[in-house]
Amino acid sequence: MVTSRIKQFMEELETKRWLLPALMISVLALSLVIQQFELLDPYVQLIIMYVGINIILTLSLNLINGYMGEFSVGHAGFMAIGAYVASFLTVKVFPAHMAAWLFPVAVIAGGSVAGVVGLVVAFPSFKTRGDYLAIVTLAFGMIVKSVIENIDALGGPRGFLGMEKLSTLPWVFFWVLLSVWVIRNLIYSNFGRGVLSIREDEVASDLMSVNTNHVKVLAFTVSSFFAGIAGGLFAHLLQFINPRAFDIIKSTDILIMVYLGGIGSIAGSVIGATVYTVLLEVLRPMGIWRMVFMPLVLVLLMIFRPKGIMGLREFRWFVPVRDMLASRLWREKKAGT
Amino acid sequence: MSVLKAENITHYFDGLAAVSEFNLNLAPYELVGIIGPNGAGKTTIFNLITGVYKATHGSISFEGTEIVGKTPSTITALGIARTFQNIRLFKELTVLDNVRIAHYARVRYSPIEALLHMGRFQKEEEEIIGHSMDLLAFLKLDAYADEVSKNLPYGLQRRLEIARALATRPKLLLLDEPAAGMNPNEVTQLMEFIKWIRKEFDLTILLIEHQMRLVMNICERLLVLDFGDTIAEGHPREIQNNPRVREVYLGEVRC
Repeated sequence: MVTSRIKQFMEELETKRWLLPALMISVLALSLVIQQFELLDPYVQLIIMYVGINIILTLSLNLINGYMGEFSVGHAGFMAIGAYVASFLTVKVFPAHMAAWLFPVAVIAGGSVAGVVGLVVAFPSFKTRGDYLAIVTLAFGMIVKSVIENIDALGGPRGFLGMEKLSTLPWVFFWVLLSVWVIRNLIYSNFGRGVLSIREDEVASDLMSVNTNHVKVLAFTVSSFFAGIAGGLFAHLLQFINPRAFDIIKSTDILIMVYLGGIGSIAGSVIGATVYTVLLEVLRPMGIWRMVFMPLVLVLLMIFRPKGIMGLREFRWFVPVRDMLASRLWREKKAGT
Repeated sequence: MSVLKAENITHYFDGLAAVSEFNLNLAPYELVGIIGPNGAGKTTIFNLITGVYKATHGSISFEGTEIVGKTPSTITALGIARTFQNIRLFKELTVLDNVRIAHYARVRYSPIEALLHMGRFQKEEEEIIGHSMDLLAFLKLDAYADEVSKNLPYGLQRRLEIARALATRPKLLLLDEPAAGMNPNEVTQLMEFIKWIRKEFDLTILLIEHQMRLVMNICERLLVLDFGDTIAEGHPREIQNNPRVREVYLGEVRC
């Protein structure tokens, strides 16, 4: 009796979803309280914010590498653009006393510029794919780094500083929520199904009336927009950025989180980013051995679970009810009429 | 009034003529077959009609609209759908999603509405699910709606490919070796199935096939291709007795 009641309650939760907004709002409130009264050790807060930023990066790269099946290795380039644009605005453009209030504007501006630059990668993807597109993204990452190194207004290779610590727990949580929500919405839409069909079979997808060029532009724009957002948050957390922070190593880090968590999965992106970030911190006492342990974990993972922890699977809570129960709702409707 | 009119299409692959001077005129509701040995250029013709390749010379018009140079997605949206010789489903996706994807061109909501799941989004998505499930039910595939399509048995995968093509609401359906890998019993069922969908969806059908029993029984007209050239055209019975065709299929006839 009791177990069936619990089961019924769980199904109610999964299909009605009334708990979700309430839960999110309370977590947001909690993060505000934590920040206000410093309930958590600043170091722990810092790690949580890194996790959040990495979730945004992982999820946005997963859209390209996991859902669309392309292989982008220049994601840190978009992050760099977001970081530099947002920092330049808060330090050099906005009046100092207004910087805190205009912080969201700076972050959005950084994301938008990154999103527009995303077109630079989207257009070559019309003609090239797979390994060749990977080379394009690799070159893109290098170009971004070199360009920044040669702009004196941005500090060149010395880096850029002067940002206040504007990235706070509530802000990071807010942006994580927004990016998860928007990318989930994209995936569970007509355009998202287009993204998936490109991964499965691009020629067949084109022949089933999917405008693959439109879909690619949308996917690359959204992906690079959120990478730029993550960059803006990162810059205002670390309060110092330099071009070397956004090189191929950073892109590789994001790739690792995507493949650790699982391709084509929102839950996987969240888990991958969390596990990787936390594990790296926990293993800090190991010193240099940490850099042996982590790759070893990856090698083992690729052997025993090549699709990552959640590969191509999803927590039911991330799936819109309409899609999760599509066939059941249709049958119920047919039976009703 | 013709549905599809191809005039003198020629296509070269690096100087090799895969198809030369090909002509085709399809009347509404016609069921026409293309036969010929392997490498005769049959699938190339499908790729030229659907825009996968752009014809080197010649013109193809669909209901009076010139389609050479248009992208495959545009051509499909105009009303030409196809299946593939080797099944090309979206393997990791469910049966329902395979059919939903084929509704792409009918969607009116904007990317912004999609990102926010607002505006026209909800209503259109529900309509698409409704249409897709109705279509699956019509083709007796609704029981498998939530299965991953690669897990379906072979025969059902073939049927799902046709369902997916029909979801684009074509006026002209191109079937590329629909009977490949089927036993005689299944071929008989397929023949009935093809005639039935033509009637139900009011389709013009062009098909490529090697199974002579199928083409001889259901096609109203046949074209025979050999090394890119059309060597014969006519009613299946005439084709059967055509000496050129016999030569191609059976080798030179000596008397």
